[in-house]
Amino acid sequence: MKVIKIDKKHWAGGIEKSRSAYRLFGPVMVENKDFSDFEELNAGEMPDMTATDTRTSPKSICFPPEEVMMEYSTDETRDDCNLMRVPVKDYSPRAVIGIRPYDAAAYLIVKKNFDTPEYRDPYWCDAYAACTFIGLAVNEPSRLDFSTSTNSGPFDESGLDVLLVDMGGHYFAKVITEKGAAYLKAAGWEEAAGDGAEQQIEELKVKAERMIQTTISFDRIKEKSIMELHGADFWDDAAFACINCGTCTYVCPTCWCFDIQDETKGKSGVRIKAWDSCMYPLFTIHTTGHNPRETKVHRVRQRFMHKLKYYMDKYEDGIMCVGCGRCVRSCPVNIDIRRVCQSMNG
Amino acid sequence: MQNPYLPYPVRIDDIEIATEDKSLKTFKFVFLNKEDEEKFSYKAGQFGELSVPGKGEIPIGIASSPVEKGFVMFTVNKAGVVTTHLHNMKVGDVMGIRGPLGNWYPWEQLEGKNILIVGGGFAFTTLRSSIVYMLDPANRSKFGTIDVVYGARNPGMLLYKNELIEWEKRDDINMHITVDGTTDPDWKYNVGFVPPVTEAKAPKGDENTYAIVCGPPIMIKFTQPVLEKLGYTHDKIIMSLENRMKCGFGMCGRCGIGKELVCKDGPVFTLDQLNRTPREY
Repeated sequence: MKVIKIDKKHWAGGIEKSRSAYRLFGPVMVENKDFSDFEELNAGEMPDMTATDTRTSPKSICFPPEEVMMEYSTDETRDDCNLMRVPVKDYSPRAVIGIRPYDAAAYLIVKKNFDTPEYRDPYWCDAYAACTFIGLAVNEPSRLDFSTSTNSGPFDESGLDVLLVDMGGHYFAKVITEKGAAYLKAAGWEEAAGDGAEQQIEELKVKAERMIQTTISFDRIKEKSIMELHGADFWDDAAFACINCGTCTYVCPTCWCFDIQDETKGKSGVRIKAWDSCMYPLFTIHTTGHNPRETKVHRVRQRFMHKLKYYMDKYEDGIMCVGCGRCVRSCPVNIDIRRVCQSMNG
Repeated sequence: MQNPYLPYPVRIDDIEIATEDKSLKTFKFVFLNKEDEEKFSYKAGQFGELSVPGKGEIPIGIASSPVEKGFVMFTVNKAGVVTTHLHNMKVGDVMGIRGPLGNWYPWEQLEGKNILIVGGGFAFTTLRSSIVYMLDPANRSKFGTIDVVYGARNPGMLLYKNELIEWEKRDDINMHITVDGTTDPDWKYNVGFVPPVTEAKAPKGDENTYAIVCGPPIMIKFTQPVLEKLGYTHDKIIMSLENRMKCGFGMCGRCGIGKELVCKDGPVFTLDQLNRTPREY
C-alpha cells in the first residue's frame, strides 16, 4: 500500500490548495467553548488536528441535525400549491479532514440504514458519495476509548480513504482508496514516504492499541434470544439514574433515528428531517395516548437493545457501537454502555 | 432509485362520511400524473403515507383494492393534527401520497386456503381491500371458503355498509356481521362482541385455514383464545400492527419492535412471529 510523506511545513499549503476542488470539513474549536466539533471550514480556516474527540460525532456531515428535504407553498393562487419540491443541494466533493478512524467506521454502520436494496435516502447517500475521508490515527487513545473491541480501533482503515499518522514533524498518509489518492494529489502531496514507513505506522498502531484500557465482549449476546435479553432483570438497575435527556443519542456516531416535521411560515414552508431520540416519550407515542415504550426503563432498554442486539441480529454484523466513548463521557448520570454490555453478555 | 420521501401529488376526488358519528371519512384520491398510479401498484394489506403540506404525514392502510383501478381509497379516523385537517379538506384539493409501504397479507401462501377474516371497528380498511380482491372474478377460484366476522359498536358504526349488505347476499362468502348493541328493531344480523360470534360462527382451524385478524387491542386479546380453541395454530393467525411512524420505509427508527420495523418488515406478522418479538406496539 502506498504511503505519502507530508512535511508539516507543507500541510497548510496543501489544505489551501485542495480547496479549489473540495469543500473542506474538519474539527474546529467552538468559539468561547472548551470543545471542538466538526464543521465546514471557512476560507483560511484549518482543521484542528489536536482535537482527540469532537464533542458530537462527524455523522452530521452527511446527516445534519436538521435538513430541509422539501419545500412547498400553500398559496392557492400558485400553480404549485401543496406540491412538494426538492431544493437544489450541493453534493460537490467534500473532504473530511482529521476524522478519527472509529468515527469513519461508524459511517459504514449508518450506511446500512440509509442505503438499502429497497430504499435509498438520497440526502444521506448523495452526501456520503461526495465525501473523501482523510482520517487521523489516534496515537494516544483516551481513557474512554474501547474501539479495539468493537471491530474498529485507533488505526482502523475500514471507513477511510486516507489514514494520516502524526509522526511529529510530518504525517504519513496511507493511501487506502482511489478517492484518497485523488485528494492527496489535489493537495499537492506526492512525496513517497520510502521504505520503513509502513513498519513505523504498524509500531505506532500496536502501541496505541496497547494503551486502550477497557474492552467489552458481546460474544454471548449473539447466542441469547431477543426475548431473553428483553425480559432480563437488570434493566431497572441500568435505567435507574437515567433522566432521558437524550445526550447519548446526540453525541453518538451511529445513532441514526430521526423525525420528519413541516415548518410553515406564512404560506411557504419546508419539510425537514431532524435528529430524534429513542429516549423521548414523543418518539413512540400514538395519537390515542397509548405509548408502547411508556417508561424510561422501556426507552433505555430500547437504546441498548438496538445497539447491542437488534442491530446484530438484523444485519448479522457486530454491534452498533464503535467504542468512541462519547456517550460515557457526556452522560450526566454516568450510565456506561460498557457496563450495560457486560450485563447483557453475562 | 427515486426519492422515497417525495409524495405523489393527488387530488381528492370524493369524500364520504363513513360512520354515523362522522369520526371517519372515506377519501378517494386520483393521481395528478397518470404514471404515478402505476408506480403506486399495491397489494391488499399495504399502507400509504397521506401527506398534507404544512401539517405532516399519517400512515393509513389502503382501503381500495388492487383490482379497483383509477383511484386509491383511504378511510381515515379523525384523531390528530393531520387527520383533523384532512377531514376539513374538500373535493378538488391537492395533497400527496407516499407508498405503497410495508408488506401485505401473504397472498401467495393463502392461495388454495380457506380464509377467516376477523375485524373490529375502524380496522376494517385493509380487510375490505382483501375481501374485494378475493371476490374479484379473476381471483375467487384461488381461495377456498371465505368467512368474515366483522363487528362495530352499533349499525351506524359499520364501515362500507352497502358492500357488507351486498356480500351478505352472495353465496361465495359467509358474512357474520355483528354489533355490540342496537335499538334498531329491524336489525337482522348478529348482536354480540366479535369473540363470541367468532366462536359460534367461524370455521374450525386446520392445515388449510388461515385467520386474518385486525381490530382494537381489546378485541384481539379476547379473540386469540377463541381462535386457539377453534384449532388455529399461531403460524396461521395473521395480524396487522400499527405503531407511530414517520418515514414509513424503515429508516427513522421509531416503529421498531425488537429487530423488526413495523413499517417495513410489517405491518403484517403472524402471531407466531409476534410471540418472538417484544410487545412494544
